[in-house]
Amino acid sequence: MATVAAVIASTHHPFYYRASTSTGADRPPFADEWVAKIEAFRATLTRAEPDVLLMVGSDHFHQLWLDNMPQFLVGKAPFFDANWYNEEREFGLPRMLLAGQEDLAAHILREGLDAGFDLAFSNELRIDHSVTCPIITLRPEADLPIVPVYTNIFAPPMPRPSRFVQLGRALRQLVESWPADKRVAIIGTGHLSLELGGPRQFGEHGPDPEFDRKAVAWIANGDIDGCLAEVTLDSLHAPGNATHGFMDFMLMMGAAGDGAKADHVDTLDLFHTMEAYFTWYPEGALR
Amino acid sequence: MSTYLLDKFLYTVDRDPQLVERYRDDPAGTLDWWEGEIANSLLNCHPAERSTWLRFTDAERQAIREHDHVALFQLGAHPFLTLTLFIAMFERDHGPLEYQKAYARAMEHIRLPYPDIAT
Repeated sequence: MATVAAVIASTHHPFYYRASTSTGADRPPFADEWVAKIEAFRATLTRAEPDVLLMVGSDHFHQLWLDNMPQFLVGKAPFFDANWYNEEREFGLPRMLLAGQEDLAAHILREGLDAGFDLAFSNELRIDHSVTCPIITLRPEADLPIVPVYTNIFAPPMPRPSRFVQLGRALRQLVESWPADKRVAIIGTGHLSLELGGPRQFGEHGPDPEFDRKAVAWIANGDIDGCLAEVTLDSLHAPGNATHGFMDFMLMMGAAGDGAKADHVDTLDLFHTMEAYFTWYPEGALR
Repeated sequence: MSTYLLDKFLYTVDRDPQLVERYRDDPAGTLDWWEGEIANSLLNCHPAERSTWLRFTDAERQAIREHDHVALFQLGAHPFLTLTLFIAMFERDHGPLEYQKAYARAMEHIRLPYPDIAT
C-alpha cells in the first residue's frame, strides 16, 4: 500500500513567483525573508521523499464555471497544462506542464464514490495558481506526477466546513489504501482571512489578524473540533469576503488527523494577507 | 436581477485579451455587442445551440457601461471577477498598488453583510 509521506497545508500567494525572481529596484523589501521561509518550507517536502503529489486547490473561475459547477472534482489525465492568460497578465506566472498520476486518480474516484463522496472528474483539466503556487514554492522542479483535487470555495452554494474536513479524512484513507508502493505527499492550499474586490482589500495586513491568529492555532494543533465550533459558511464572511478559502485548510486538517500537531509551522505577515505554512509527518513516514 | 449574467459578462471578457481592451476603450459598444452576441451563448456547446432568455436589467447595463465597480459589487457581481478584470484594465494607469487601494477606498462606505453573490 502507498505511504502518506507528508501532509502539507499552505496559503497560495500568486505574488510569490514575481517577488522571489525580481531583482534590483523591482525586488520588494519583504522578498528575502519570504524566500528564506519558503526554502525552509520546501525542505520539509524534500525530506519526505515523495513520489507523487496529491494537490488540493480551487479553480478561480478558469475552467470551472457557473453553468456547470462541481463541488469536488478530481483531475484524471496523463498531463495537466497549467496557468492561464489572466494569471500570466496579473501575476507573471509561467505556463507549466505537469504529469498526472492516473492510477491514483482512478483509485480516489472509484473508492471515493463508494465511500459516499459524489466526486466529479475531468479528463482534460488546465490547472491554475491554487495548484501551481505550491509547485513553485515546494517543488519548483515540477518533476513529480500529480493528482489535482479541486474544491468549490468560490461560488455559493458551497459544501459546509464539516464536509471539507470529512473529505480530507477520506483522501488520507484513500491514499493509504492505494495498492502501490509509492510515497504520496498530500498538499493543499487555501487562505486565512482574505478580502478580494471589497473595501477591506490590500490593507497593511490581512483583513482580520485576530481570525488569522486563531486559525493558525487551530491548524498547528490539529484542533478540528475547536475550528468547527466557530467556523460556519456564514461566519466566514466576517473575516473577509474571500475567507471561504479557509475551508481548504480545514480539509487539510482532516487529512492530517484529529489532534495532529504540525511538525513545521511558519507564518509571514504581508500586506493584504498573512502567509501560513504547515507540514505534518505521519508516524513512521520519514525514512 | 441577473447576477449570473453579470458574472458571465465579467468572466467572458476577463479571459479574452482582445475583449479586455475593447471593454476598456468602448464600454457602451462592448456591452451592446456582448448582450446581442454572447449573453445567450452556451459556453461549452456548439455555437448554434443557444439560450433564449438571458438579458440585463437597466441598472446592470448602467454599471457595466460606466465601469462602475462599486455598483457591480452592490448588484451582487462576484467580487473576484470584477477585481481581476478591472485590475487588467486600469492598473496600468497607476503606480504600484495605487489602483487596488483606490478601488477599496471607493467602497469604504459599504458595511457587512455585503450583497449576496449567490447565483
